[in-house]
Amino acid sequence: MKVSLNWLKQYVPTDLPPAEIAERLTMAGIEVKSYQVIGGEWQGIVVGQITAVNRHPNADRLTLLDINLGDRKENVVCGAPNVAVNAKIAYAPIGAKLIDPHNNQPTVLKPAKIRGVVSSGMACSEKELGISENHEGILILPPETPVGVPLIDIIGDTIFNLEVTPNRPDCLSIIGIAREIAALTSAAFREPETDYPAAGGDIRTLATVEIQDADLCPRYCASLVTGIKIAPSPEWLQKRLLSYGARPINNIVDITNFVMLEYGQPLHSFDYEKIAGKGIIVRRARGGEKITSLDGVERQLTREMLVIADKERAVAVAGIMGGANSEVTENTTSILLESASFKPASIHYTGRTLAMPSEACQRFERGISPDLTVPALKRATQLMLELGGGQAARGIIDVYPGKIDRKPVKFAKSEFKRVMGIEYRDENILKALTALGFDCSVDQHSVTVRAPYWRTDINLPVDIIEEVARVNSYDNIPTTLLAQELPSRQPDPLTGLKRQLRRYLVGYGFQEIVSYSLVSLDSLMRLSPDKKKPEPLPARIVNPTSAEQEYLRPALRGALLSAIQQNRTYSDDGLQLFELGKIYLPKDGDLPAEPDVLCGALYGKWQPRWWQGDSDKIDFFDAKGIIEGIAARLNIAVHFEKGEDAGLHPALQAKVMAGDKQIGVIGELHPAVAGHFEINETVYLFELDIPGLLPHLGQKTYKPISKFPATVRDIALVLDIGITNRHVLDVFKGFSLITNVALFDVYVGNPIPAGKKQLAYRLTYQSPSRTFTDEEVNKIQQQVLKKLSAELGATLRG
Amino acid sequence: MIQRLEELKQNAGKELAEVKDAAGLEAWRVRYLGRKSDLTGMLRGLAELPIEERKAAGALANSIRNLLESLFAEKSETLKSAVLTQPAARSDISGARQDITLPGRPLPAGRLHPITETMEEIIDIFGSMGFDFIESNDVELDYYNFEALNIPAEHPSRDNMSTFWLDYENERGERTMLLRTHTTSVSARMVAKLKPPIRVISAGWIYRYEATDATHLTMFHQVDGIAVDKGITMADLKGVFFEFASRFYGKGRRVRFRPDFFPFVEPGVEVAVECAVCHGSGCRLCGNSGWIELGGAGMTHPKVLERGGIDPSVYTSFAFGFGIDRMPMLKYGVDDIRHFFSSDLRFLKQF
Repeated sequence: MKVSLNWLKQYVPTDLPPAEIAERLTMAGIEVKSYQVIGGEWQGIVVGQITAVNRHPNADRLTLLDINLGDRKENVVCGAPNVAVNAKIAYAPIGAKLIDPHNNQPTVLKPAKIRGVVSSGMACSEKELGISENHEGILILPPETPVGVPLIDIIGDTIFNLEVTPNRPDCLSIIGIAREIAALTSAAFREPETDYPAAGGDIRTLATVEIQDADLCPRYCASLVTGIKIAPSPEWLQKRLLSYGARPINNIVDITNFVMLEYGQPLHSFDYEKIAGKGIIVRRARGGEKITSLDGVERQLTREMLVIADKERAVAVAGIMGGANSEVTENTTSILLESASFKPASIHYTGRTLAMPSEACQRFERGISPDLTVPALKRATQLMLELGGGQAARGIIDVYPGKIDRKPVKFAKSEFKRVMGIEYRDENILKALTALGFDCSVDQHSVTVRAPYWRTDINLPVDIIEEVARVNSYDNIPTTLLAQELPSRQPDPLTGLKRQLRRYLVGYGFQEIVSYSLVSLDSLMRLSPDKKKPEPLPARIVNPTSAEQEYLRPALRGALLSAIQQNRTYSDDGLQLFELGKIYLPKDGDLPAEPDVLCGALYGKWQPRWWQGDSDKIDFFDAKGIIEGIAARLNIAVHFEKGEDAGLHPALQAKVMAGDKQIGVIGELHPAVAGHFEINETVYLFELDIPGLLPHLGQKTYKPISKFPATVRDIALVLDIGITNRHVLDVFKGFSLITNVALFDVYVGNPIPAGKKQLAYRLTYQSPSRTFTDEEVNKIQQQVLKKLSAELGATLRG
Repeated sequence: MIQRLEELKQNAGKELAEVKDAAGLEAWRVRYLGRKSDLTGMLRGLAELPIEERKAAGALANSIRNLLESLFAEKSETLKSAVLTQPAARSDISGARQDITLPGRPLPAGRLHPITETMEEIIDIFGSMGFDFIESNDVELDYYNFEALNIPAEHPSRDNMSTFWLDYENERGERTMLLRTHTTSVSARMVAKLKPPIRVISAGWIYRYEATDATHLTMFHQVDGIAVDKGITMADLKGVFFEFASRFYGKGRRVRFRPDFFPFVEPGVEVAVECAVCHGSGCRLCGNSGWIELGGAGMTHPKVLERGGIDPSVYTSFAFGFGIDRMPMLKYGVDDIRHFFSSDLRFLKQF
């Protein structure tokens, strides 16, 4: 909200510099985002009076002005049409900073000879001073303006740009801010006089108000002014509205806007003649009811919305905008002025539903006090008489079905210490609260406070504690460390596990990525070779910002593939990426399951091209090695079974199994899926279901290292091509004295017969209790070979 | 004989000086110290000399041999170190590989994402102050995101947290599931679930229906914490933030508490940390304010505690929340938040 310092000064006298006011307001909870000093650049520019207007000897459209500056006289050349003897003007000397009206850029006034006559300075237009676009003529100041004083003292101002928190509707007004400044600077606050002469008839005989839906309208007040003349507002009023950024329209509209800004109470003026039956009815809209609002748009109303109606039709959407059918026009002579209080939630709903976030709506939905209606109504009526003539009806209409008696809040003084960790002296409590307009008394143990009517946000002791604390500055709150006993902690095992997994992957050389959890349906369809929609459909957002972020991802791999698609052009050697994050699996009628998943993707080479030769090309067994390495470190016994993931290569993929539970998948990306992501390389993927790992985490126990030497034997087995490594390992597993098995060769081809393959293993034999002799090792190995032959038909290659 | 020995000593010295490499040194050794060398011959011939002369010549011959042996050892060391220190004069591959400016082996270097690193650092700092890390759902019930936090329906505070709703309606036709607009929802859950004393933090994605630009995203990261116990005060909240700021941003960084409003706390504060660049005097980074806004905090609203079944007349509580993504932005001078989630390795490899 924009607030003029000059306007504020009408209610609170202060000589503090703008920076100081901004700092105090900000540190008391009303944030000054920025402020603009109007006239801050006007060094040397002073008020002058034209003492003579002479014709320029060489130019018809120019004049020579004699200007009295009080302590001296200057002669300037002027091109403006509105020059007159005795006029008070803004005089800029040579060297003054002005705005060049032709290009709107700041410029410094240089000495000039205009058509042969020296001009010692200049009489300025509003545009040249940077206060408006007006360059039709020079700025003419009011006749009472003193000569010789700096212009900034006459028309300078500071505009604060405030951010008011939603709990302070009272501060969406000049008076509200003025009250804050008064409390924070120990200055006196002056409320405007609102009395006015009422020469007309009794308002009760001229208009009626009936509130049918009192739950949405706690109070409705109205006044009546007849014989009014619609005209432009005087300059002072226009200036006030402009300082806020509002456009002046006519005296009546401007007054309602002015009082809304001044008091924070939205008002509405009806053309009294257009109110059927001269009776206002406050009621919910009827089903199917429509109204054309002041902006000319026809609005469809619902039964949840409150309207202001006359005996025949709705004439305004309550608290939001008036209707065209009762609008004040230049022919209007009588004004029925509304000052009412509406239920905030109702106004919020209506404003949101009709998409009409008006200034009035903003104030009502924050919950302004019903007791603000009368002072604002009186103030506006007073101004209408002053600026529009006419006469006011006697009295006001005041229907107040929602009156509640706000009880004083009483609480123990020890609450300050209990909540804030600081005690305040009685006089500091009293001073802070009294300055803010609270009724307050303090006894030995307790504080009793009655909040002023405009502070609708004050209900609980903590609300009052905050008021005292903020006026006394949060800087004075001490700094202590939590002294309480530590709560017993039971860290979530997933947290630690996720950290470990991330570090393992980083150790393997993977770069972590973090991608959005909201994805497009298209990106999910690309994960299937034939671009099928995912089944079941993932959780969908009903109001996405775009189709790109419409679904909660049911898998991580899409982001990794997109990352490869995007990075492969400048990472031609290879990439190893991973993400660890949530996926979202919809559940019927319940919040989705959100398990964490680790997903890795890799292709190309482990290392960029290098002068001592290239590293190996990544293949399926790199991906598998990572899963095996992770499993070994977590002490999870895993094995691999044929996989059936539709997004992976049908022949080269595996389920990662722990016991009989699948905990992950590895495989080569399906070439069609790679194609959907414009990836030419062969990509390998792995995924681990992180919560699925938890039940399988093995206890780590120490096994003594044998003191006795190990014997190593290499054997080459010839097997049917269909026998797997796992079959062979299962046989070795039956021999406890074989302490290590390493496969070191897989071979097919001459001289191995067709349909056969050779697997070569290095076996380590070791006893925990003694040294094996060669004969003993031979004996065990014979048994091993016998079993391999019997179970797998393996023969030893000679 | 004595004269011959002297000559031999002189010649040996001269020749040794000429020796340039290991082969030359070996030839020298054979010539002067070998079994068939003159010196060995002369030592053998000593027996034939008269006793007087034998004594003198023997002593001289032995001293010369000792001298030559030590000269040999010295020369041998000199040649060895010359080989090591000599710049590669050879034009073969082993010479070319002695170029120490050649690049080292580009071992794969994995990296954590900067957001992960920041988040872990925050979790660790609060962990050391006794805050347990809790994770919860991104998809949340309206109740925990709003109602439980003192934000009823049609409250204007909801407008500041424009919400994504899940495509789901309950049997009464109400949308009840949303993408959490703050991780404060987790604090609401913890207040309902745990009994005091409570000290927990949570962190993760949050979602706001907003336009995206260099400093705003529809989804970003937040951390939230809450402490509930007897005797917890705003002064403790201040202490926790001072401690956090000093550990995260470095010692001596000032922290500013300023009144602010959030529906779930009363009194509420905005926490700001002294700008790292200008140390409070004002610069471009901090928008000339001297302060970098960290987040919101305050004493948990009595209604929030009550809704969680905790008696606010017995227990007090503070709660806080702040955005995470801006922290690495400020730390590394990143000018566009979208870089973090672009998965562009040219960006990620910088951290």
